Amino acid sequence: MGTVEHAKAAGRFIADEPRTNWHDETLWFVRQKRDHAASLLNGWEELRERASQIKNHVLSNLDQYLIQFEKNAIANGAIIHWAADAEEHNQIVHGIIKNAGVTRLVKSKSMLTEECHLNHFLSGQGIEVVDTDLGERIVQFRKEPPSHIVLPAIHLKKQDVSETFHEHLHTEKGNNDPNYLTGAARQHLRNEFIQSKVAITGVNFAVAETGGIVVCTNEGNADMGVHAAKIHIACMGIEKIIPKAGDLSVFLRLLARSATGQPITTYSSHFHRPDKEKQLHIVIVDNGRTQQLGRPDFRNSLKCIRCGACFNTCPVYRRSGGHSYHNAVAGPIGSILAPNIDMRKNADLPFASTLCGSCSNVCPVKIDIHDQLWKWRQILVKEGHVAMGKKIMMQSMAFLLSRPKLYRFAGKWGRKIMQSVPILVSNKLNPWYKQREMPEPPKQSFNEWYKQNKK
Amino acid sequence: MNSREKILKDIVANKPVLTELTDWVAPKSIQSTTLVGDFEKLLVSLHSKVNHLSSKNDLLKEVDELRAQYPFVIDTIHAEGEPRKNIQQLDARSLESLDVAIIEGRLGVAENGAIWLTETNMLNRLLPFICKHLVLVIDAENIVADMHEAYKKIRIDEDGYGVFISGPSKTADIEQSLVIGAHGPLTLTVYIISNHS
Ligand code: SF4
Repeated sequence: MGTVEHAKAAGRFIADEPRTNWHDETLWFVRQKRDHAASLLNGWEELRERASQIKNHVLSNLDQYLIQFEKNAIANGAIIHWAADAEEHNQIVHGIIKNAGVTRLVKSKSMLTEECHLNHFLSGQGIEVVDTDLGERIVQFRKEPPSHIVLPAIHLKKQDVSETFHEHLHTEKGNNDPNYLTGAARQHLRNEFIQSKVAITGVNFAVAETGGIVVCTNEGNADMGVHAAKIHIACMGIEKIIPKAGDLSVFLRLLARSATGQPITTYSSHFHRPDKEKQLHIVIVDNGRTQQLGRPDFRNSLKCIRCGACFNTCPVYRRSGGHSYHNAVAGPIGSILAPNIDMRKNADLPFASTLCGSCSNVCPVKIDIHDQLWKWRQILVKEGHVAMGKKIMMQSMAFLLSRPKLYRFAGKWGRKIMQSVPILVSNKLNPWYKQREMPEPPKQSFNEWYKQNKK
Repeated sequence: MNSREKILKDIVANKPVLTELTDWVAPKSIQSTTLVGDFEKLLVSLHSKVNHLSSKNDLLKEVDELRAQYPFVIDTIHAEGEPRKNIQQLDARSLESLDVAIIEGRLGVAENGAIWLTETNMLNRLLPFICKHLVLVIDAENIVADMHEAYKKIRIDEDGYGVFISGPSKTADIEQSLVIGAHGPLTLTVYIISNHS
């Protein structure tokens, strides 16, 4: 995909207003389900804190845990591969498939393989990958990338799916019933599962203590693929490691609740030893992660468990869609991970945020997402990767934020200006003004309100 | 230097100073007097059917009824000897038309309705996924409050494969409309065996 700046791509997305509103509201609804699930759980904040501590600890001892994981996985009968980058990952996977002598295989959801553009690479080698997650299959038919790490087809309406399935699966034209469409996909993918000798999956957690991997799905597609196939290839980033089996309780309690508001995914599958006469390959991938580990300001982005909560809550993501981020992982966390890989190409992404901090508030592993976005902006400006408009906005913002008195004053006047002449704020320097009014400025700031109301 | 060595070397060069991980006790999630009730409530809310049996013997009657209703039923709980071995050998093609699989669960979790089962219980890893209707049987005494307790009771590497299942397969990938029955079973029925009910 050619790089179109996020704000421009977002401009295209919001051109269809009813659709943008639907996208916005639907994701906000998922966010509310997350809030509800969290509120039902005693000790949610303690759980987040524990998850954060475990991940911090793992990052500070990652080499040892990887060695321990490898040793135990080999003892379990798994075959371990190491890949320094996307290219090597793709080569390794291709080698295994070639050895197996197949040209078609199934794959369940794996953001890592998206990041490495595995499907594209394999198709160049004459191998067809069939994505088996329903959302991923839909976008695959449409030759689009997923627009969300948990809800890959969230940018589409059922009419779009119906048209796509009519074209590829010969479903009835105009039948938009999700039950009918899902049933058609089930039938189509059953055949793929039964025929495939090789199944690729991602990895949610890799347990150092036992050398096993855990994969979470709702659809059962990872398990259908793996258990029907002869060869299971599991692809994982180095940061997926957790120390002990008991730590899974912390992460499984947080993951689905943060992602969709479910108490747990339908399937949490623990793979330790391959079935009789079958193979389990685990590919451990760096692809820029060790570099991110070396950036003190950004290393804890590697704690991410890919729940998608920061996407669902983000006012910019909700109103710009995943494709405008031009990166395998979109949303707030993607905007931190992407500049690590290519600063120039992804320089716009840390600006695709209002820095409202909602992402950091919902993150189950307590990544300081909005602080990191802010820090990336400073680096990108310093390195000369940012166009003038954003630079001016940012400098004035930094100027204000470093002078609290002036900030309060400017805020007061800012509100006055917005109330009277909103066009001064809603101008071209402010890309978020496009296609929507700025929010009603509050008559009183929180500071003023607090001063007035404190007894 | 190969990639393994390079990755490990780069980690050592770039990782932060070691932070210790202290022991931790999870806050209690639910009162233990309501375990079975909570477990059942969760399962129902996750679109499963729950039945109570007063003993494992009553299960045979249920199995017979299922056999009368469906042409292809695999009962892993009562299978022994030759049939048991046969179940282990079946591949995806021969299981394609499987209507019902009946499997014993090791442990149930009240906070989320999840049931832990391993290869020993399933006999064949495909069974809980490829069947149209999954029937899981669980002893009320094996229901624990939350995932912390669950992981204390199980050993995840005891078998080559184990899974927590918390309902029929499902998806909401089309416009966020929930559809029950994605790639795995269309229904889940759970029999809770307790001597008091
Ligand atoms: S950064 Fe946090 S909230 Fe966002 S996907 Fe990762 S774990 Fe979830």
